Amino acid sequence: MLSRVAENIYWMARYIERAENTARIINVNAFLLLDLPKKVRPGWEPLIHITGSNAIFKKMYGAEYDERNVVKFLIGEENNPTSLVTSLRQARENARTIRDFVPRETFEYLNELYLFARSNLSKGMSGQGRFGYLKEIILNAQTMTGLLAGAMIHDHGYDFLRMGRNLERGDMTTRIIDVRSANLLPDVSSELRPFESIQWVSVLKSMSGYQMYRRKMQVNVRRAETLQFLLQERSFPRSFAHTVGEVENCLGNLPRYTLPIKITRQVLKLVNSAKPELLAQEQLHKFIDDLQLGLSELHNAIYTTYFAAQGSELKSATAVQK
Amino acid sequence: MTIRWTTYDSNGFFDELIENGVSRDAAKPLADQLAALSNPEIKDRKAAAELAIQVMGITFTVYSQEGGSIDRAWPFDIIPRIIQKKEWDVVEKGLRQRVKALNLFIDDLYHEQKIVKNKVFPRELLSDSKNFRPECKGITPPHQVWANICGSDLIRDKDGTMYVLEDNLRVPSGVSYMLENRQVQKRVFPELFAEGNILPVDDYPSQLYEMLTSLSPRRVKRPEVVVLTPGIYNSAYFEHAYLAQQMGVELVEGRDLLVGEDDCVYMRTIQGPARVDVIYRRIDDLYLDPKAFIKESTIGVAGLMRAWQKGNVALANAPGAGVADDKVVYAYVPKMIKYYLDEEPIIPNVPTYLCINKDERKHVLENLDKLVVKPANESGGYGMLIGTRSNRKKRAEFAKLIKQNPRNYIAQPLIALSTVPTLVDNHVEGRHVDLRPFILSGKKTYVTTGGLTRVALVKGSTVVNSSQGGGSKDTWIVDTEG
Repeated sequence: MLSRVAENIYWMARYIERAENTARIINVNAFLLLDLPKKVRPGWEPLIHITGSNAIFKKMYGAEYDERNVVKFLIGEENNPTSLVTSLRQARENARTIRDFVPRETFEYLNELYLFARSNLSKGMSGQGRFGYLKEIILNAQTMTGLLAGAMIHDHGYDFLRMGRNLERGDMTTRIIDVRSANLLPDVSSELRPFESIQWVSVLKSMSGYQMYRRKMQVNVRRAETLQFLLQERSFPRSFAHTVGEVENCLGNLPRYTLPIKITRQVLKLVNSAKPELLAQEQLHKFIDDLQLGLSELHNAIYTTYFAAQGSELKSATAVQK
Repeated sequence: MTIRWTTYDSNGFFDELIENGVSRDAAKPLADQLAALSNPEIKDRKAAAELAIQVMGITFTVYSQEGGSIDRAWPFDIIPRIIQKKEWDVVEKGLRQRVKALNLFIDDLYHEQKIVKNKVFPRELLSDSKNFRPECKGITPPHQVWANICGSDLIRDKDGTMYVLEDNLRVPSGVSYMLENRQVQKRVFPELFAEGNILPVDDYPSQLYEMLTSLSPRRVKRPEVVVLTPGIYNSAYFEHAYLAQQMGVELVEGRDLLVGEDDCVYMRTIQGPARVDVIYRRIDDLYLDPKAFIKESTIGVAGLMRAWQKGNVALANAPGAGVADDKVVYAYVPKMIKYYLDEEPIIPNVPTYLCINKDERKHVLENLDKLVVKPANESGGYGMLIGTRSNRKKRAEFAKLIKQNPRNYIAQPLIALSTVPTLVDNHVEGRHVDLRPFILSGKKTYVTTGGLTRVALVKGSTVVNSSQGGGSKDTWIVDTEG
């Protein structure tokens, strides 16, 4: 399989997942704000930090983190490289060149989804229309995932698709935990304590994990168990350990996996041996940083191993025959 | 209203199917079938074709930033163009002869230039040729063949004579439509295929693959063949993807390839670099290698020319083959056939006046209102003057152009292209057609059975290019004796 094709499939999956995640966090934040008392509401700023786009945001809007600015920036801003609309456009552009490798409908479906997202922007920005708009995006992204799972050959290309999706998903999980738990909701605030559980519920809901948490952990929503669930619970498809485990499985199907698979094992060891419930916020933040570093190392290993074959490799590797 | 051939009028043009209200032999089963269909039945057949085109995704892509890509459906007419096998056999022989001579000519130009030394081909034409590549001098590609894939355009005049209008030796396109048209046509008239003796065309991809592997520099069991495309925004991308898929080879872009220190070409795969033996390139010479030609080219591969010159990779067509894809060179093909093969040309050229020759230029300038003037190196029907449809201002403009750069212009009498009955709403009218067969040359030579028939869908028009209102028809070579 050509490196370029593998890379396009990988990024298409990442961008679809990113669009879905962006839609999720906006929806959940909106609900959280309704549940918290006015004076402790964290507002919309955390979302900008979750998506790691503070620098661009500040350049465009200054420090005006009001609802309108943040939502516009996250949904429709074409200059924001991670906005929902930009992600869908990138997913479509990646799908365009690999039309022979994914089911025929994939490109058409993505194209329609992108056009829908763009032409209904005003609905997405309005308080009333937003929920329906974002729900539509999430539903369609899920449909894409189903379409690909059900109609694409489960070959190397599909492994790259799953790796892209899971890396993006794992990345978003750490971001949500990081911003929600450490930076912005200091547990020292006694005023906030009665609402702590509400915040963790919102974290779980943003990952469609609330109901599954209740089934799996069978306790009330608490910081300790939520962190365990989101970081280490192998059976929950959005937990960090699950997503990295998926990448490891995919790598096992591919050639030349030595380097990347070594990294998945390091990252898995790191997350599984930790006791996140014991970590104070500073430590947790540091720990999440290490996990994200691990993901980025993993991405780099995949990139250098599979996507960026260089002339220098020719000396060591004898050219392969198909 | 059903189709009545007795009232069909080809307006004095040669019609490929009907002569004086009666169908030609090879077209009889089709003509009878069409005449027997009611209006709704014809509509159904047309709808079947449209559905097939949609389902098969036969498109040519027009890209726009706003709405993404627009894939326009390929305009297809359900009434095929039909040629008797007996006649086609002669045409095929003529095409083989022509391409053989053209390849000998190109090879000669890059070696001893005997044809120039013997004063059959003027030296000044060569030195002014836009597509002569000095980088190719002294190189001998596999089997001494430079134009491995050639698309020659054939037209038929009022009196029924078939002429070669031009030879496309750079990156001729259209063959995928020939193949897809047949698939569609089979769904429209399955009964005619079941009963008649219509020769198949589907062999092309395997013939192409076999020809390409015959160029491999390495003697391995399965040489690595790839199709090199400029990318998805190229208007012929559909064809590049289609051919790669049909041959079962990789479709690559320039960035997928790299040239190693060993001057061999590799493609980047998830397994690591994989050696490439043969590149069917659909990129023009000048964009092939930024180190050798246009530096800014982002669709080429740095070092590719070096790898090719060393014989480590085969390129089809070979760089520099385009030197013979020049309308001035075209005028010399009959002489080449005599010079290299000592044979008489089987298919004639359209009479051509070279503006570089004083007497011929004078004739052209005096008859601009009757002639067709063409630049030597353009394709796609651009930069032409059709005398009979021109005004005084346009003619003055061309007279000036010709005087400024006589080497770059030729003129030909206007050929009254033959027609084929074509569905217009509920009835049939004659529309002008040409024919592009494809000739593959490697270890062996192969000519497509028929080719791609392009039709000018606009009444009276002779412009068959898809970008300018052209469509296409299936082409049947029918064996009435078999």
